[in-house]
Amino acid sequence: MKITELTAVTLGKKIKAKEITVAEAVSAVLEQIEAVEGDVHAYVTRKDKEKVLKKAEEIQAKIDAGELDGPLAGVPVAVKDNMCTEGVLTTCSSKILSNFKPTYTAEAVKNLEKAGAVIIGKTNMDEFAMGSTTETSAYGVTRNPWNLEHVPGGSSGGSCAAVAAGECLFALGSDTGGSIRQPSSFCGVTGLKPTYGTVSRYGLIAYGSSLDQIGPVAKDVTDCATILEAIASYDKKDSTSVKREDYDFTSALVDDVKGMRIGIPRDYFGEGLDPEVKEAILAAAKVLEEKGAIVEEFDLSLVEYAIPAYYVIACAEASSNLARFDGVKYGYRAKDYEGLHNMYKKTRSEGFGAEVKRRIMLGSFVLSSGYYDAYYLKALRTKALIKKTFDKAFDKYDVILGPAAPNTAPKIGDSLSDPLKMYLGDIYTISVNLAGLPGMSVPCGRDAKGLPIGLQLIGDCFKEKNIIRAAYAYEQTRKYEAPKLAKTAEGEAK
Amino acid sequence: MSKQYETVIGLEVHVELATKTKIFCACSTAFGGAPNTHTCPVCTGMPGSLPVLNKQVVEYALAVGLATNCQIHQYCKFDRKNYFYPDNPQNYQISQLYLPICHDGGVEIETAGGKKIIGIHEIHMEEDAGKLVHDEWEDCSLVDYNRSGVPLIEIVSEPDMRSAEEVIAYLEKLRQIIQYLGASDCKLQEGSMRADVNLSVHEVGAEKFGTRTEMKNLNSFKAIAHAIEGERERQIELIEAGRKVIQETRRWDDNKESSFTMRSKEDAQDYRYFPDPDLTPVVISDEWIAEVKARQPELRSEKLERYKKEFDIPDYDAQIITNSKHMADLFEAATAICKKPKKVSNWLMGETLRLLKENNMDPEDLSFAPENLAKLVDLADAGTVNSSVAKKVFEQIFKENVDPEAYIEEHGLKTVNDEGALKATIEQIVSENPQSVADYKGGKKKAIGFLVGQTMKAMKGKADPASVNKILKEILDQE
Repeated sequence: MKITELTAVTLGKKIKAKEITVAEAVSAVLEQIEAVEGDVHAYVTRKDKEKVLKKAEEIQAKIDAGELDGPLAGVPVAVKDNMCTEGVLTTCSSKILSNFKPTYTAEAVKNLEKAGAVIIGKTNMDEFAMGSTTETSAYGVTRNPWNLEHVPGGSSGGSCAAVAAGECLFALGSDTGGSIRQPSSFCGVTGLKPTYGTVSRYGLIAYGSSLDQIGPVAKDVTDCATILEAIASYDKKDSTSVKREDYDFTSALVDDVKGMRIGIPRDYFGEGLDPEVKEAILAAAKVLEEKGAIVEEFDLSLVEYAIPAYYVIACAEASSNLARFDGVKYGYRAKDYEGLHNMYKKTRSEGFGAEVKRRIMLGSFVLSSGYYDAYYLKALRTKALIKKTFDKAFDKYDVILGPAAPNTAPKIGDSLSDPLKMYLGDIYTISVNLAGLPGMSVPCGRDAKGLPIGLQLIGDCFKEKNIIRAAYAYEQTRKYEAPKLAKTAEGEAK
Repeated sequence: MSKQYETVIGLEVHVELATKTKIFCACSTAFGGAPNTHTCPVCTGMPGSLPVLNKQVVEYALAVGLATNCQIHQYCKFDRKNYFYPDNPQNYQISQLYLPICHDGGVEIETAGGKKIIGIHEIHMEEDAGKLVHDEWEDCSLVDYNRSGVPLIEIVSEPDMRSAEEVIAYLEKLRQIIQYLGASDCKLQEGSMRADVNLSVHEVGAEKFGTRTEMKNLNSFKAIAHAIEGERERQIELIEAGRKVIQETRRWDDNKESSFTMRSKEDAQDYRYFPDPDLTPVVISDEWIAEVKARQPELRSEKLERYKKEFDIPDYDAQIITNSKHMADLFEAATAICKKPKKVSNWLMGETLRLLKENNMDPEDLSFAPENLAKLVDLADAGTVNSSVAKKVFEQIFKENVDPEAYIEEHGLKTVNDEGALKATIEQIVSENPQSVADYKGGKKKAIGFLVGQTMKAMKGKADPASVNKILKEILDQE
């Protein structure tokens, strides 16, 4: 097996056992990037090779000295380009931040650095995380490693494609309405969106502040639990950060779901769900049932209100969050302008893409005087009601099971022409963000075209361990599949 | 003017809180650092940065609210006020609209017609903006974010004031309360207290208030009084001429002593307020309120009572001294050193007030050390300097905070108590002024004044006038 085909935890073990050096691991990843990046285009920024290799040496020295002995020490990682990295370009895949090098590093990334992971580069995304296909990036589309004519999903499409294509061992993504789970599903990798407040948002360039959450993308459940353990922390710099009672997510990696109560919302299996996806999800539920879980259907309700509530809240917050990109302090500034207002107008007109502008306008509208109560306040009330319906469901169930997306990855170019249709694709993931819940996407097969299907497992707030346990038990019944790329790097792991 | 008009005034007062660090980050609030040195990713609005509320800001706001008889929203929130301007790094200001920390309070003021309550609609917490600096040389504008994120409270009054006098009385009362609480130094000139005036006029007896205007950029009590008079007249003139008062924001120009339109209601911005999702609601428990109350420092009325008991000074003096927390602090500190409250009070009531008035200063501007005043009291008391020299020395203390001992020594101002030397000088003066001597002896007793003056002049003011008088009389009566 090639180094880039290993899971992060397996590679970590081999590095610790001195079977593989950090430099070898990094070199293998860099070679794979060389080979496939031309097809996949998962990265916006790749760190300088010399610098990464130097970092690898430093980490190797620390591992040898016994200063670093965590499971991720020496493992190459990619970071979504909306997380600040000191001195390294951080663009949010937007032209408006084309020249932006932060003066500080995001807390979650710092935690990874502390764990000894080697940052390879910054991954492509939908501009400011607004989109479901990674096509709204100002730096070109990312292609799905399973079929280069298809999108990887979004907005963390770069991170998920990079993991699937072996261009890193694992990655960080962010999830505001499904941006980790949906592209994980499309790329056949495992992605986890933790409970709101679990991973610090400090240094994550905000889209919808009350919904944004950073999480891991990796090849399997073990990796995800391990990475979450490394990045989760109570951070005083983030007022919405929560001091949790448990951070031992890997303790839930147990192949045992006997007696676990799993609910399947009927509302998730109605119109619009691809039959092939439906079949795969129900088959996965069957597997868990056979392993001893108690699986039953129930009515979640309010599902149809999640999308309008989400787009009102997320866009309202985004319209304010993105106001700071004005050409005054950093980032892109229009070349020719007359006076301040013209500078603002030109800079923002030229710097933002169409989808971002659409959402800023939508958000500004719903917050406008006279519309605030009718839209924004109503959306907040809907959000509270959705949380209540989940609370009720979690009185009965440990885990809610359903699809991560209504279909498999669409073809490049098919989604952007109809944004409303694209918004509707978020139906299964969005309410999880509105309710602040943890959610996970685990590969559960492929459709007739060979495109991956993702199983979504949703837990109650702070109950990541329930979904990790269910996902782990399910995963034991199947083998991880990697896409067969036409061009890949040579080399077997020792 | 044929008709009678009533003026209705409400104030929005911004007060900069005396915290050491900013409202949402750990940067210093100290004044005067080099541009953009008291900054961090948070107060410069860097992408990904997040605000964390400074607890001290809540405590100060709470203390001011309690001292002004406000109700407290024990569940209060911060909202974003969205508008684009380069001094506002995030292009939104974090403020409070929906649930401000304090509401429905009021303070009592003294007016010509007796006591009156001025209602306080609300007090909310917010962050200050940076400062735009226009570089004439390069013809560009630069921004200094040192002030960005400095904590403010905005105190919004009810439209309860009817004259400039009432406005000044209300502002003085607020300033006094806030200074006593130590929540701010409230210096208008330096901008740590700023007042926007909302004013309308209507005919006496009219059921409805008139259309109001808002006046900004008022940085002294004098400017406020003038602006109120000017705006009242402007609005009455419009009404008398059959024209309408337009709801607008006007900017006061202190040099021109007049105001001009900044923006009218038509281009009033929609700030699209909404709760800031980066900050959690502030929950204020009964215990916290009790704690802040218990920690509340002595307020003016309590201090006044104590002065009456503790110090033998006239009520009037106590009133004046406690009017300013700063002056009261000076008084107490100087008295603690020299143990002569009456004499310290005399210096404050006499020379200090005179020099403040002469220099157009507020008691808050007093910058000398209480030690130096106490020393001077002792030196004058011991007769080391006579009273006119003491006054001169005090001027130096007032201006330069000099050490009186060193200053007297350095300038040779000690009273000459050597009777021999004094006598010799007096004899000299007597022999040089036969006419005055003759006048005195002829019954014009006042002529001795001239001779005393001449002697003091010859002694360069360093003699004790009483001794000079005594010796002079002895000599003149002898002859």
